[in-house]
Amino acid sequence: MTDQTDAPLLEVRDLQVHFDTEGGTFRAVDGVSFSVRRGATLGIVGESGCGKSVTSLGVMRLIPRPPGRYAGGEVLFEGKDILKLSEGEMRKLRGGRMGMIFQEPMTSLNPVYTIGDQIIESLRAHGWKDKAKARARAIEMLDLVRLPSPETRVDDFPHQLSGGQRQRVMIALALANDPELLIADEPTTALDVTIQAQILELMRDLRERTGSAIVLITHDLGVVAETCDDVVVMYAGKVVEKAPVADLFASAQHPYTLGLMAAVPRLDARTDRLETIPGSVPPPYLQLPGCRFAGRCPLATDHCRAAPPPLREIGPGRAVACWRAPIEEVAA
Amino acid sequence: MSAPVLDVRNLTKHFPIKSGIFKRSTAAVQAVTDVSFSVGAGETLAIVGESGCGKSTTGRALLRLLEPDSGQVTLDGEEITALPAARMQAARRHMQMVFQDPFGSLNPRMTVRETLMEPILLHRVASGAAADKMVSELLKTVGLNDYHAERYPHEFSGGQRQRICIARALATRPRLIVCDEPVSALDVSVQAQIVNLLQDLQKQFGMAYVFISHDLAVVRHIAKRVAVMYLGRIVEEAPAEEIFATPRHPYTRALIEAAPKPVPGAAEGREMVAGDAPSALRPPSGCAFHPRCPLAQDICKRERPELRPMPSASGTAAAACHFAETVAAMPTEATRPTPELLARRLAVLAEARAAQAAAG
Repeated sequence: MTDQTDAPLLEVRDLQVHFDTEGGTFRAVDGVSFSVRRGATLGIVGESGCGKSVTSLGVMRLIPRPPGRYAGGEVLFEGKDILKLSEGEMRKLRGGRMGMIFQEPMTSLNPVYTIGDQIIESLRAHGWKDKAKARARAIEMLDLVRLPSPETRVDDFPHQLSGGQRQRVMIALALANDPELLIADEPTTALDVTIQAQILELMRDLRERTGSAIVLITHDLGVVAETCDDVVVMYAGKVVEKAPVADLFASAQHPYTLGLMAAVPRLDARTDRLETIPGSVPPPYLQLPGCRFAGRCPLATDHCRAAPPPLREIGPGRAVACWRAPIEEVAA
Repeated sequence: MSAPVLDVRNLTKHFPIKSGIFKRSTAAVQAVTDVSFSVGAGETLAIVGESGCGKSTTGRALLRLLEPDSGQVTLDGEEITALPAARMQAARRHMQMVFQDPFGSLNPRMTVRETLMEPILLHRVASGAAADKMVSELLKTVGLNDYHAERYPHEFSGGQRQRICIARALATRPRLIVCDEPVSALDVSVQAQIVNLLQDLQKQFGMAYVFISHDLAVVRHIAKRVAVMYLGRIVEEAPAEEIFATPRHPYTRALIEAAPKPVPGAAEGREMVAGDAPSALRPPSGCAFHPRCPLAQDICKRERPELRPMPSASGTAAAACHFAETVAAMPTEATRPTPELLARRLAVLAEARAAQAAAG
């Protein structure tokens, strides 16, 4: 164990997830690489269509085939490429050592089983033989996620719970088998702010207590700042910037990241006008020769439009895919 | 404030729950109770709160899309709530709505031209060639083009659809637009475009907005006044700058604290309210917020605090809390400066963007 602590728990290398449709091949995820340390939270941030959800499904091997397919790359979980595992081995991993939480807790829970039965089912699928012990564990998990009176709520059906409570159950379900990696896709987007704050606090707390790693998919820079250690910013299927969270919010490099930051209204100060990023994300079937953000970037040159910028290291844990970065030096 | 465009007095809307074989009303969801506020011309009042607080019901009751149980809604001196059905339709010309879901609020079988033409013809704003010209102008006003007119909603992105909804609301030159979470379903960069558009249009045409939202940062940006609702009642109302600087109700404070901020480490040591909002079917006794309130005392369980005026710079702040003075003594965090390098890069980008816009 001690000799492994430096090795990342999850390493994604040059992942390619493509979708074949009548309109052509969509490169939803096009050469994405990142790694997650044990006990750390990695945020993947971007807007709709940037490929963040497909990336998370890709890591869990939940890409529907067809139309989707892995067109290249590796997903190394403890050094082992899970893209090469059999479906049986993968099923053991999922819900076992890899847990997941989705955005919509109502549709991710089965409405005709009690929440206790759903947690017990997951436990029994991963080696808990004794039913009474599994039930006790289910109650323990519900208590851990601070569901009030877990001994009685364990027999509730999902519809008897509020949205925040359902999301707690989803987290309990995902954590029941002590996963080393938790993938959370917009876990708080459907929730009210006071409930969101409670759930994020819970996730921070659980990470400290269990030492598991978290991949958090979100569109909300505020959630990233408050929850993550490292951040990956995606745009149109590619990683455009990577940085430790403090660095990102102190000195983001990529014009897209900067554009997102300027577009979010602030709670602590009032500005007269919000900055916008004109235009929209290019459709994924459009094969652009250069930088995919060039069409919306005020600093784009002919070079940007002609050649794709590589993701280059600019510091410890930091990388940016922009020909013009650092941009303060291009200003005349 | 001169005579307000919209004046709302004691608006109440409860939904009965019917049960048993005779479908007798056995209980009521107290969605909106005793809500009063007013909005001046060219002003924005934001109603904020979490799901189930009654903010959307309030918006709908204003336009009588839901018939209020009691209370008065007055638009430009005309009491909307007293109008017979026939006059009501004519009055709707002056009050329009923009909904959250730009996918569900446009008829998929109607082209953009048909969608925009409908209110123009219905309210006899224009006809014939003049109406055609108006459609074209509306599209331009919201940042779309003439060639968009013959397209169907599914051919547009979420942001473009919201532009169409705004154009439709503008078609009758209303005095009031109720915007119910108009940017919640949009990505941040698109959200900024729509927020800017709404502000530009207000400057240009001088409508009043009632802006319903759960997003405090957007509200701070767009609103002149803010009303915070909890379980069907307004618990605090004040000018935007006052409510964000010195929130007087513990719930307002909790909302501001809970909103995620783009500053690493901001969440450390945050005081948080526990639990979920109770059901509007059985609101708690006394102050509805007391089961979740960190300051709650015995009096809060017994007596419901009235919304009462608060001493403030504007003289127009009000809060419904027995301990409003105590809460206001706890200032919120001051404006955090943007880190220097980030600020410099943002400036470079903004300059380049401005230069690009100027060059066309």
